Amino acid sequence: MRYMMLIHHDEAALANAPQKQLWADYAAFNEALAKAGEGMAAGERLQPPSAATTIRVADGRTDILDGPYADTKEQLAGYFMIDVAGIDEAIAWARRCASSRYGSIEIRPLAETYPRPDLRLRTGDD
Amino acid sequence: MDVRSNEAARAAEHIARESYGRLVAFLAARTRDVAGAEDAVAEAFATALRTWPVDGVPGNPDAWLLTVARRRQTDALRRRSTRKASEEHLMMMADEIEAAASAPGDIPDRRLALMFACAHPAIERGMRAPLILQTVLGLSAIDIAAAFLVPAPTMGQRLVRAKTRIRDAGIPFRIPENDELPERLDAVLDAVYAAYGKGWGEVEGDGTSALADEAIWLGRLVVSLLPDAPEAEGLLALMLYTESRRSARRSPDGAYVPLEEQDTALWDDRLIDLAEAQLQRASRTGPSGRYQIEAAIQSAHVARRRYGVHTWPAILALYNHLQRLTRSPVVALNRAMALAEIEGPEAALTAIAPLADDRRMAEYQPYWAARGHLMATAGRESEARQALTVALGLSTDNAVRQYLQRRLAVLHTD
Repeated sequence: MRYMMLIHHDEAALANAPQKQLWADYAAFNEALAKAGEGMAAGERLQPPSAATTIRVADGRTDILDGPYADTKEQLAGYFMIDVAGIDEAIAWARRCASSRYGSIEIRPLAETYPRPDLRLRTGDD
Repeated sequence: MDVRSNEAARAAEHIARESYGRLVAFLAARTRDVAGAEDAVAEAFATALRTWPVDGVPGNPDAWLLTVARRRQTDALRRRSTRKASEEHLMMMADEIEAAASAPGDIPDRRLALMFACAHPAIERGMRAPLILQTVLGLSAIDIAAAFLVPAPTMGQRLVRAKTRIRDAGIPFRIPENDELPERLDAVLDAVYAAYGKGWGEVEGDGTSALADEAIWLGRLVVSLLPDAPEAEGLLALMLYTESRRSARRSPDGAYVPLEEQDTALWDDRLIDLAEAQLQRASRTGPSGRYQIEAAIQSAHVARRRYGVHTWPAILALYNHLQRLTRSPVVALNRAMALAEIEGPEAALTAIAPLADDRRMAEYQPYWAARGHLMATAGRESEARQALTVALGLSTDNAVRQYLQRRLAVLHTD
């Protein structure tokens, strides 16, 4: 199953973390992720929530908000992707990620309702 | 009142550990309805906590609990029987239970049969240990979920499903016949060892682990209820050896300490003595199985680290035997570490080379840690660094992570 692993950081906890060790752990984690094979991908890191802009359109009016979607202690900070047998393996990967110690990791299975791109290409060739 | 209620609570707690599984096993053995038996026993304990402080602790608490639990179970059976039109049959079972309850102090111990039902091949392997922990020891789904790293509601659902399966699939509550016994016993022992494994990494404030204690208690229970089962004795010995090193496994600042660097003065002599005695009893009869061999390896490590006896050749021979028996890549890895002590790291690296093609190794932390260790010993620094980095990335345990960070730091400065 494919999962998107959503990293939420508590910025204060992260700022107090031993930085050198944290990023060494992260580099090691990405290395292990890469070694684990196809479908496993180090994701992207996001800029802090202070850099966020939130847009909402209601009744034809555009609402532009300076800041993140919800102002909570833990904020979305990045993601990575895994392709594993099931939730137990996904939990193991979440525990390996340094961010699980400075916030939380939300494990979201990808919805597989749409045909995968490769399937669509094949029908196009026919 | 306060003294009395404390006394009652203590009595209930003391009885709970011994009696809970005994009562559940006895009530479930006839109906195969584990969940119903658990409900009945839980209700009996709740009633005890209500009435004992007022009326005093009964002379035979076990029989008292069984009587209350049986009454509740009989009611439940009657309610169901009107729907199922099998009243006669169910009433007969209820009578049988009642008869047993009226002979106080002599409740047949069916806990082993219950464990065989929980570890039946028709029950999903991963659920066998949780099921035993809940039905025999009365652990809550929340505690089990925490140890097995799944969300509590998920564990709760899985436990309910497994119990329904025991009832609906007709899984028997019995100790298997001789020809069937070894394989079925292995499943029970594997479940107990899985529970121990979950408690291995835990180190609480007082240097103990609740789950490891429970697993050892279960190991003792199997040994006491099933005489002449050398593998059960072997497993108990193995757990006791491992447990004896618990306080030596962490440095004062919490980092993992490998066996070679452990301060043997921190090993628990009492547990080692128990383990040695248990292993000796195990090996007096019968063929050697997996757990006896693993316990023997631990015994050889004790002799080596404690008394300076050169037992590496014996350890390698035991691993050779174990590898033929299990064909497990994990054993191959451990065997290679012993080989390195005798023939050097390059021989060990050659021995584990085929493992590199095993897809499972990509995510297996001990493989990368062992590989890194061997590469470092062989002086192949950049390969050691790479393997130890992957091992660090795969670690979920802070203590292990700390240890690997230090090993990497040493490599970097060289």
